[in-house]
Amino acid sequence: MKACYEKYFRDNLPHIFCPGCGNGIVMGAWARAMDEMGLENNDCVAISGIGCSSRITTYIDLYTLHTAHGRALPFAIGVKMCKPDMHVFVFSGDGDCAAIGGNHFIHACRRNIDMTLIVINNSIYGMTGGQYSPLTPTGHFATTAPYGNIDPAFDICKIAEASGATFVARGDIYNIRQMIDLIKEGHNHKGFSVIEVVSSCPISYGRRNKINGAPALLRYIKDHSVPVANAAKMSAEEMKGKWPVGVLYKTEAKEYVEAYQELVARLQGGS
Amino acid sequence: MNKVRLVQGNEACAMGAIAAGSTFYAGYPITPSTEIAEYMARELPKIGGIFLQMEDEIASMGAIIGASCTGVKAFTATSGPGFSLMQELIGYAAMTEIPCVIVDVQRPGPSTALPTLSSQGDVQQARWGCHGFHSIIAIAPSSIMEIYYQIINAFNLAEKYRTPVIFLMDEEIGHLRERFELPEDYQPEIINRKKPESDLEVYLPYINDESNGVPPMANFGDGYRYHISGLTHNEKGFYSSVPSVVDTEIRRMVGKIEDNVDDIAQFEEAYADDCDILVIAYGSVARSAQQAVEEMRAEGISVGLLRPIVLWPFATDYFTKACMGKKAVVVAEMNLGQYAREIRRIVHTDTPLKSLTRVDGEFIYPIDVINAVKEVL
Ligand SMILES: Cc1ncc(C[n+]2csc(CCOP(=O)(O)OP(=O)(O)O)c2C)c(N)n1
Repeated sequence: MKACYEKYFRDNLPHIFCPGCGNGIVMGAWARAMDEMGLENNDCVAISGIGCSSRITTYIDLYTLHTAHGRALPFAIGVKMCKPDMHVFVFSGDGDCAAIGGNHFIHACRRNIDMTLIVINNSIYGMTGGQYSPLTPTGHFATTAPYGNIDPAFDICKIAEASGATFVARGDIYNIRQMIDLIKEGHNHKGFSVIEVVSSCPISYGRRNKINGAPALLRYIKDHSVPVANAAKMSAEEMKGKWPVGVLYKTEAKEYVEAYQELVARLQGGS
Repeated sequence: MNKVRLVQGNEACAMGAIAAGSTFYAGYPITPSTEIAEYMARELPKIGGIFLQMEDEIASMGAIIGASCTGVKAFTATSGPGFSLMQELIGYAAMTEIPCVIVDVQRPGPSTALPTLSSQGDVQQARWGCHGFHSIIAIAPSSIMEIYYQIINAFNLAEKYRTPVIFLMDEEIGHLRERFELPEDYQPEIINRKKPESDLEVYLPYINDESNGVPPMANFGDGYRYHISGLTHNEKGFYSSVPSVVDTEIRRMVGKIEDNVDDIAQFEEAYADDCDILVIAYGSVARSAQQAVEEMRAEGISVGLLRPIVLWPFATDYFTKACMGKKAVVVAEMNLGQYAREIRRIVHTDTPLKSLTRVDGEFIYPIDVINAVKEVL
């Protein structure tokens, strides 16, 4: 086994992910990013909500907190405020983050608290067997959209940027090298970092949308992922149904823990 | 010297929380509990503690549980609608055995109802508000000094039993102002969660071999990397659906509270042994009941008062004994008889039980209690 697997994973496989699921790919990319950054397990916390993707915290060897559906970010804020020196990673699914956890998501962005949120977007509710999420594209099928989904979809990267996140990126499970780099860059950025990873659920999404089998779904993801530089040169028509990948937004702004510590210092300094 | 002051109930609660060692508050404003948040916002940063105004009550619960994982004593305060929103994560804290304190300054319900008035309508919600199998500790103070002392007790019990503790105030007591004076050189007794002594490799966060059913708790950052999950779990904290594992863990979790009721329960009695008619009341209503009992005794009526300070876990044996042989029992409360239901379970079927209720936001006055007692005389 590669060193990073031994270091960052617990000895409790097999995991629950179906064959062809993207969660394992993201988990592996995260471990390689950890390895390349040289982070120590004891310095890191991973927090997740509920969903297949949120099960990642079961397998990785950090302090891990598997919370309730949609609620990982408030827990993470509680941890980070008390342990500012710890590195906090949050794993979430598209439903977990954008539906039930949507309010927490925008407010975590707004606070710009230093942590790394990885949203694994498989366009579907995987764990509950394939209902549509706020990120399921219009017209696609789900068990609760048997005639095609009429809901418009969110672009969570745009929401993140508009809400105050200071690092926003999108990767995909085909381009693993890029995903590793985005996780690293997001982690090294001081502030709230959002990394959406376009992922696959061959069983509950691919099958129902006539993209049959994991390789076909992976190819579909590859074909629809457009590097940001290229996307900038393409028309809206050409980008239709596709998504830009890479660093989408990055800025510097006051980080929340730091702002809080300054407040404490001001009060305790008596000035 | 400790100064005598006029202090509001909500303020006493906030002061007591700090005295208990709480350094973390997360909440969302709601009448009639908001003064607690305002006090914490003002005082916590001064002592290096953390105050967060979250986006809602669910987030507030999440933040305090996350904070508690790192070892700090964390709490939140809310009222009716916010208490309803918190239920899922109160269950999470119960399931994962993470200490925290939830203050609910009760107001009438359901829904928005009467935001500025008083109620004791959340007594059963405090016990059964979240789904599934759990037990809970709930404390109902009835004076300003008692709020102060009992909120410290709430934090201590949360730590001792690794559990969420509900601090059930009501609007009447939350907004009451009363004399506040601590004894000279007062030092509260502070209990901290038991830490593991095992080496890192063998730490079992949900071990089942402790005499009182409460496993030691490592904090994030202590070097014991472990997993916390709201799924049913084995002793290591990892998901298990093995019936014997699930059964053992759930029964231990419930048992650690129900089996220690003698340690947790607290009461105050006045003439309770020496009376024909026993009045049971708690929270602010107990103050009316106390006065009613004194007035009736002056008239020669054989009446006594029993005031549970801890409402949950229900002290079955104690109540059974206390009610035994009485001519009648009166339970006075600002709801439709939520605690009376519990008392009904343990009172002899031949003993009349009068449930004195009030749900219009108005207080139960001494005369109401006197009239209720006279009905069963
Ligand atoms: C309060 C609550 N509502 C609903 C559920 C049921 N539920 C569990 S996971 C899930 C959706 C998961 O989808 P997503 O977040 O996209 O993650 P995935 O499983 O696809 O990785 C739902 C609806 C729940 N656990 N809790």
